[in-house]
Amino acid sequence: MIKDRYDVVIIGSGPGGLAAAITARQNGAQDVLIIERDLEPGGILLQCIHNGFGVEIFKQDLPGPSYAQRFINEAKSVGVDWLMDTMVLDVTPDRRILAMGKHSGMVEVQAKAVVMAMGCRERTRAQIRLPGARPAGVYTAGTAQRWVNVEGYMPGKQFVILGSGDIGMIMARRLTFEGAKVERVLEIMPYLTGLTRNYVQCLLDNDIPLQLRHTVKRIIGRKRVEAIESVMVDERWQPIPGTEEIIPCDTLLLSVGLIPENELSRKAGVNLDPITGGPFVDDGFQTNVPGIFSAGNVVHVYDLVDWVTEAGRTAGKRAALYAQGKLPPDNKRVQLKAAENVRYVVPHTMNSVSLTEGDVRLQMRVRQPIEEPVWVEVRSGDKLVARKGEPYARPGEMVTMTLTAKHYEDVQHANELTVAVIKR
Amino acid sequence: MEETVKVICITCPKGCTLDVTREGETIVKVANGCKRGHEYVRAELTDPRRMVATTVRVRGGIHPLLPIATSAPFPKPRIPELLAEIRKLEIEAPVTMGQVVLSNALGTGIDLIASRDMQSDSAHT
Ligand SMILES: Cc1cc2nc3c(=O)[nH]c(=O)nc-3n(C[C@H](O)[C@H](O)[C@H](O)COP(=O)(O)OP(=O)(O)OC[C@H]3O[C@@H](n4cnc5c(N)ncnc54)[C@H](O)[C@@H]3O)c2cc1C
Ligand code: SF4
Repeated sequence: MIKDRYDVVIIGSGPGGLAAAITARQNGAQDVLIIERDLEPGGILLQCIHNGFGVEIFKQDLPGPSYAQRFINEAKSVGVDWLMDTMVLDVTPDRRILAMGKHSGMVEVQAKAVVMAMGCRERTRAQIRLPGARPAGVYTAGTAQRWVNVEGYMPGKQFVILGSGDIGMIMARRLTFEGAKVERVLEIMPYLTGLTRNYVQCLLDNDIPLQLRHTVKRIIGRKRVEAIESVMVDERWQPIPGTEEIIPCDTLLLSVGLIPENELSRKAGVNLDPITGGPFVDDGFQTNVPGIFSAGNVVHVYDLVDWVTEAGRTAGKRAALYAQGKLPPDNKRVQLKAAENVRYVVPHTMNSVSLTEGDVRLQMRVRQPIEEPVWVEVRSGDKLVARKGEPYARPGEMVTMTLTAKHYEDVQHANELTVAVIKR
Repeated sequence: MEETVKVICITCPKGCTLDVTREGETIVKVANGCKRGHEYVRAELTDPRRMVATTVRVRGGIHPLLPIATSAPFPKPRIPELLAEIRKLEIEAPVTMGQVVLSNALGTGIDLIASRDMQSDSAHT
């Protein structure tokens, strides 16, 4: 039975939501409800059947569904309520949640704290303004992934994939395994946007050619895709005349980026950062609306699920404390600002008192790749607060920096901390 | 005759390109990369292996397919043969995570195991 009041309600049952639910229970939340629109919990991991998950958290190389299942089992054992096959339609700033489902009907619950963990969605053709005809056979890579890995449909026989992100490369191998021909992977950037590991294991292993600085100029076909016209681009992403090529195919997959899914956050009055597409958060992933937290890809797009779990744990703990009125008061809120070669930093603000309770991990993305040793530096004005070395920094791989109790004094005295990633 | 080949190391996310000089089967010299990378090159040039993750048909489950993966890295040249073998299989729901779906695949000593539970369709509704 679903109650009408909960200490903590979690929206979304991906790794972010599951970790938040488990940790909320472990930190004194009496009742926790997970609301999920899908038929079963696990989120996007259920369709990511390849290995490579859990290396940080379990020191083991697990397939996506196995990673999810460990947390589903744990959530069941700590005891949470589930409302599956139910879509959350609205969240108010005072945390009333309106949801609807085929079997659950209209549901309204009041939460003391909410964790938004809705994940992200894929950029589509419209968002990258692909010209040409509009035949069938143009899909996002994630949609194709669900068809092939969960539902058992093959979307085509001969593919071109636009975008060298991990989902695109992983799908290139997957489709090859299932007997399709992947003619080409095209990438508009001058560098690979996914992991090198995936380039080797997915593309090189299966003789799938990758063309950097290339994009789709035009889609050809009336009812169904018959070919695409590719073209090389210059530094300003302008097509270079004379480099066009017609590549026959029946399907074009788009792997052109993910966007945090924040329609609900907006309705709840949560302020969003235009750079990440996710909410402005503090070091406990609380948004500007008191009692509304968020975790996982809804905050910013992660490349490793282990960090999503960690974020979920932090948000779940803080949400439980908030629900019990035990959250330590904000003694001083320090702004975290992206400086040289850093595109953004999450969290956006932190409370120095958090460092007396545990570590605070700063998560960031760099603007430009640096293929030599770098410093990740945190400063307060001119004063160096913390610094660590990394062998390199790339836009595709999130960079982290941990602040600990020993940084308490410096953070306590700062108004603003700046974070930079520079050559050593 | 000595020849030089380039091998991309995938042991860690850095992904160095190593220049490998070899004479027939013997590796003469490896330039660039770290110690782990050099070990990777040796393995990659003599006995390349990969984790294989795919799906198998399942009867009576809440989904038509069950995700499965190898219990250890599998010899790369035999992956197509392995996939053909898996295509012939159909298993019965319910399944629990970790269950062996195909043991000692192609006589390699490597098993294929279920990546998740798969409830049967009737239990679900
Ligand atoms: C297509 C795709 C493929 C990916 N592949 C990989 C990969 O191969 N490797 C990797 O490391 N990472 C991959 N990722 C990244 C991966 O998403 C994250 O690592 C991780 O799964 C994010 O967890 P999450 O909990 O934030 O979101 P998700 O796992 O996306 O979970 C969000 C959940 O919220 C639910 N939800 C959303 N809105 C509502 C609503 N209004 N009401 C109720 N429920 C709602 C969704 O149904 C979903 O179950 C992929 C992402 C996508 C989109
Ligand atoms: S050579 Fe060493 S540093 Fe380079 S990718 Fe391999 S393991 Fe990593």
